[in-house]
Amino acid sequence: MTRSSARRGGDHDVTGPASVPWPLGIPALVGAAFLLVPLAGLLLRAPWGSLGGLLTDANVAEALRLSLVCATTATVISLVLGVPLAWVLARVRAPGMTLLRALVTLPLVLPPVVGGVALLLAFGRQGVLGRLLESWTGITLPFTTAGVVVAETFVAMPFLVVTVEGAFRAADRGYEEAAATLGASRLGVFRRVTLPMVAPSLGAGAVLCWARALGEFGATITFAGSFPGRTQTMPLTVYLALESDPEAAIALSLVLLVVSVVILAVLRDRWLRAGSAA
Amino acid sequence: MIVDSRETSATLAVDGVVERGDFRLAVSATVAPGEVLGVLGPNGAGKSTLLRALAGLTGLASGTIRLGGALLDGEGVFVPPEQRSVGLVFQSYRLFPHLSVLDNVAFAPRSRGLGRRRSREVARGWLERLDLTELAGRRPAQVSGGQAQRVALARALAADPGLLLLDEPLSALDAGTRLDVRTLLRRHLEFFAGPVLVVTHDPLEAMVLCDRLLVIEGGRVVQHGTPASVARHPATEYVARLVGLNLYAGRLDPSRSSVALDGGGDLAVTPTAEARGSDRVLVGLRPSAITVHTVRPEHASVRNVWPGTIESLELLTDRVRVNVEGTPSALVDVTPGAVAELGLGPGQAVWLSAKATETDAYPESATSRHTAEVSRA
Repeated sequence: MTRSSARRGGDHDVTGPASVPWPLGIPALVGAAFLLVPLAGLLLRAPWGSLGGLLTDANVAEALRLSLVCATTATVISLVLGVPLAWVLARVRAPGMTLLRALVTLPLVLPPVVGGVALLLAFGRQGVLGRLLESWTGITLPFTTAGVVVAETFVAMPFLVVTVEGAFRAADRGYEEAAATLGASRLGVFRRVTLPMVAPSLGAGAVLCWARALGEFGATITFAGSFPGRTQTMPLTVYLALESDPEAAIALSLVLLVVSVVILAVLRDRWLRAGSAA
Repeated sequence: MIVDSRETSATLAVDGVVERGDFRLAVSATVAPGEVLGVLGPNGAGKSTLLRALAGLTGLASGTIRLGGALLDGEGVFVPPEQRSVGLVFQSYRLFPHLSVLDNVAFAPRSRGLGRRRSREVARGWLERLDLTELAGRRPAQVSGGQAQRVALARALAADPGLLLLDEPLSALDAGTRLDVRTLLRRHLEFFAGPVLVVTHDPLEAMVLCDRLLVIEGGRVVQHGTPASVARHPATEYVARLVGLNLYAGRLDPSRSSVALDGGGDLAVTPTAEARGSDRVLVGLRPSAITVHTVRPEHASVRNVWPGTIESLELLTDRVRVNVEGTPSALVDVTPGAVAELGLGPGQAVWLSAKATETDAYPESATSRHTAEVSRA
């Protein structure tokens, strides 16, 4: 009886197969609704008519531009530093490597606001490195656009490192041996064999890193503050606009939602490929 | 076609020990320019380890590797693989999946510092020589096994190596392709003037491709000689199986007409003059020289008659190989007709007979002794 009622209940579930036992089916339905209803709400409440005007508003456009520039810069820095780091973590056998791997991936689980505090203590005007940096070059990072990039890189780079490290680990070393017997130097092997072979994971890691940087909020507001045109990225603008200009907040949220959907679509294939290689 | 050969070809001389965990390989060999040395041995004998050591992918624990006047390994020197000029064709070929066939072959010239265009020209030359021109633009995943083997050879040769190593070049191919590729490989090896080592466990491959054979078992060299001499007088049971011979080790009795076998039983033999002088001998017996009977044969002229039990039967192309357990055990070749006529099947008790004149008794060499004792145990 329970089974037949579950089957009838299954008729309402458009995605599930017909024979889902109800103790699984009902929570699954509630869970899916919980995740989807807020997004639907966003779409329903969106000021579709005035969307064009809202997005071309000087403040909004400025936040959009700043976000794209900072997230892209953070991704480039992450690639330049993170790929070699991933290679070292995957290939170098030295005592303490496991600990180092755990520490560099810590920002993955660290509350971003804690990351921001840590950055302030390191790179702030009174920070360990910040003081040296200011006395040598006159540059200060907190509350500048560069500070936004630093905060975003700190939070997003581990996503790239973890993805690419897995790919380096899974890559067939046989090809590298073959390259060595053909006369390629160790750097040549890395550049011409290892890197091209992990390219799909590299792409996936970079997109993931960029998406994380784009959405960064906690570390950015802590370390760089929220100055329009200088450090006020989209997530910050959304948060602040909720009180003053809710329609603008919704419009910006829609932009971020669209970006997320696009990234999901792009990553779906790459992600699976990278996952099967790992 | 012009044969592209290095003007200065050098002899390979290796004499050393490689260790990998508990495994230890001791080998000593020289290979002259233009000579093809086959390295034969069962799985785990250390064949691939030897190639890895020669290519510089593994270091020697002791001893030296020299190529002409150059010391590659030993005496405190270790030349890394990228500086060795040793070409290695891997068993699975290891063609770079992200590069076209052309760029795979151009890889080594590029590594030498040639520009992209010049490297591709060099690569095109090799593709032409190995009849691969039409595959230039394809990815490795889009070529057949036999073609991949040739691409791998072209890629190794394009590095202009001083020594060429082939690790089971045909094992990744199916039986049909193997025949064609083997013939081609023999021809293509003539493009190379330096010493060549071919690792294999296929006896036919060894016979067709190699000038000399080195048999390795359990990390040691157990036999060394021309393919013909190895096939005629195998030093170990492994080689005997490969070339399809029954091989027995034993002690020649004082009358010089019978051998007491180490594994039990004895065989009447007609020893060669050389074997007459030795105490320990090996006796080779072709499977086709043994006759199977379902009842004890009564002909007095045949001196070797012994009972056994059929263990298994295997159909070869035109005959059936019967594995008979007995003292001694033997492989016996019979016609499919005989199997039907005698009603042979596993578990059946049979009698075997072989003429003494069909046996081939020869002295057990010093190198083979250890292995003969091991395989007896």
